[in-house]
Amino acid sequence: MNLHEYQGKALFAEYNLPVSKGVVIFEPEEALKACRDIGGTKWVVKAQVHAGGRGKAGGVKLVDTPDDAIDFARSWLGKKLVTYQTDTNGQLVNSILVEECTDIDQELYLSAVIDRDSQRIVFIGSSEGGVNIEEVAENTPDKIIYESIDPLCGAQPFQARKIAKILNLNNTQTRQFVPMLQNLTKLFIEKDLALLEINPLVITSGGNLHCLDAKVSIDSNAIYRQPEIAEMHDSSQEDPREAEAARNDLSYVSLDGNIGCMVNGAGLAMGTMDTIKYYGGNPANFLDVGGTATQERVSKAFKIILDDPEVKVVLVNIFGGIVRCDLIAEGVIAAIEEVGVNIPVVVRLEGNNADLGSQILSQAGVKIESINNLADAAKKSVELAK
Amino acid sequence: MSILVNKETRVIVQGFTGSQATLHSEQAIDYGTNIVGGVTPGKGGQVHLDRPVFDTMEEAKKAVNPNAALIFVPAPFCKDSILEAAESGIELIICITEGVPTLDMLDVKKRIDELGITLIGPNCPGVITPGEAKLGIMPASIHMPGKVGIISRSGTLTYEAVKQTTDLGLGQSTCVGIGGDPIPGSSFIDILKLFQNDPQTEVIVMVGEIGGTAEEDAAEYIQNNITKPVISYIAGQTAPEGKRMGHAGAIIAGGKGTAADKISKLQECGVHIADNLVEIGSKVAEVLSKT
Repeated sequence: MNLHEYQGKALFAEYNLPVSKGVVIFEPEEALKACRDIGGTKWVVKAQVHAGGRGKAGGVKLVDTPDDAIDFARSWLGKKLVTYQTDTNGQLVNSILVEECTDIDQELYLSAVIDRDSQRIVFIGSSEGGVNIEEVAENTPDKIIYESIDPLCGAQPFQARKIAKILNLNNTQTRQFVPMLQNLTKLFIEKDLALLEINPLVITSGGNLHCLDAKVSIDSNAIYRQPEIAEMHDSSQEDPREAEAARNDLSYVSLDGNIGCMVNGAGLAMGTMDTIKYYGGNPANFLDVGGTATQERVSKAFKIILDDPEVKVVLVNIFGGIVRCDLIAEGVIAAIEEVGVNIPVVVRLEGNNADLGSQILSQAGVKIESINNLADAAKKSVELAK
Repeated sequence: MSILVNKETRVIVQGFTGSQATLHSEQAIDYGTNIVGGVTPGKGGQVHLDRPVFDTMEEAKKAVNPNAALIFVPAPFCKDSILEAAESGIELIICITEGVPTLDMLDVKKRIDELGITLIGPNCPGVITPGEAKLGIMPASIHMPGKVGIISRSGTLTYEAVKQTTDLGLGQSTCVGIGGDPIPGSSFIDILKLFQNDPQTEVIVMVGEIGGTAEEDAAEYIQNNITKPVISYIAGQTAPEGKRMGHAGAIIAGGKGTAADKISKLQECGVHIADNLVEIGSKVAEVLSKT
């Protein structure tokens, strides 16, 4: 689960990390009070969306008067911001962060992720901030450092000093960086983060380290024990069908084809998409009904798939391990009757109670193609979608 | 022979009295798995499925001497249960539960490695040696004793590979679902090593998916260490970049870990590729006919 910059910065502040004084606003008129509360004569206004590349897309602006801040808020609130990291529809802007202006001397890069290879939290630092870090890693690997944190010992000062060398920090900044690294590690662990990125981490004209941006993502498996963070969830940043699916414990990702897919298991769902493509078709979505699919969830999944107007045929592919195929069959029939499906449905059932499931489907009296061989089921779906 | 589990394996089920554990333990017992008891804190002294229930793993270890633990406890309690099993002196732990926080697994993996214990999962279908023992949630009926060793990151994709090899009469030595989480207890390499040393296994099927570099690492290992033929299928060839596909470890980030990357690396290292999900079985048969 992703957080907005203002939410990430609130967490940073909680862990004594240096962030700009800022106020988040949801209505244009609030900008005036925000500017006054912050003080000064210059402010930065930043559209809050779950995507990077906002500056280049016009979503960040330096303003000299509160009126300009109000105008900026008016121009963005309720609109969609399209950046190189969003899709062509963009992301809805429903809040603006107003911040004091920071004079920048240098831009650095710092992030932390869970590295699968070393099975540790790894900090990534570079003296080249504010740019595409993948390019830095590729072209100038000596300008980037990867430092892994032992789960038992935590982040040690020597590790901060090592990173500081690559960041080209002076002694004063290095002394600031030691507690910063330790606090970031504490934040990462205590709040169950999956990703933390400060791009850029800056050295101000006063020579101090400062977090100018905050990109924070939480491990979705750990949300249950982070109730305060769960409250920060902003469903407006997600595809509406994906959000609806998530509310029903389903994994759904919309794609641009016309064959709707309902599958159990993420791997098989991807394999089914690949199979459709292999036989010349195009999947409309990825949908994993999960291991403990109930009739209700299957009905819900059907509705979400059919909500996509592009879908011309639905392929249901269930290999029952935990999930019983007879329940899936009943769910499919219930959904078809409830939603009033008028496009073809191809169902392939295998595994736990598959025969019983197929029998239920064949006796249902609704229009279903029941095909137990996956290759044939995929071919049939492709043919029907043409 | 087989790997990890067989008729002799003495299994203790953690979270034994829960509904999922009950359902799958009943099926496992029907299959002939030697389940010697269960652990559910607070229910010690009860009898469940004709087996004793204990409060702690330590008590269970003393009373019924299990050597493998099968875990069905809810995700928030998995760290505790895995560590409890590890500290009790169990050799093999299989954790079925999905949704375990990643940071919990960082700690668990470190401790497991220190103790030299094998952990399979979490978020996996488990392990089955057809005809001998079933420690997991896979449908028993699709399996058949035989010569193909199967390793997979995805549950239902494992079943697909199993079904196809059964339909062709090849059968399986052991099938291992290592799970799709970012920090799995065992890697492809850990299991490849076991299959290489197992005389029953003549050919290995490795089912991978996009995200991470586990398949690339395995490819190099296979080139240098595995003399048995390996067939691989990689799911997610059509997944768009940057989209996360469900709970699986399937994230394509920064152009790393794409299906194309994995397939070319595997081919380079001498692994046979099944281009299509429905052709895993026939590819195995084809490779076997040439050896």
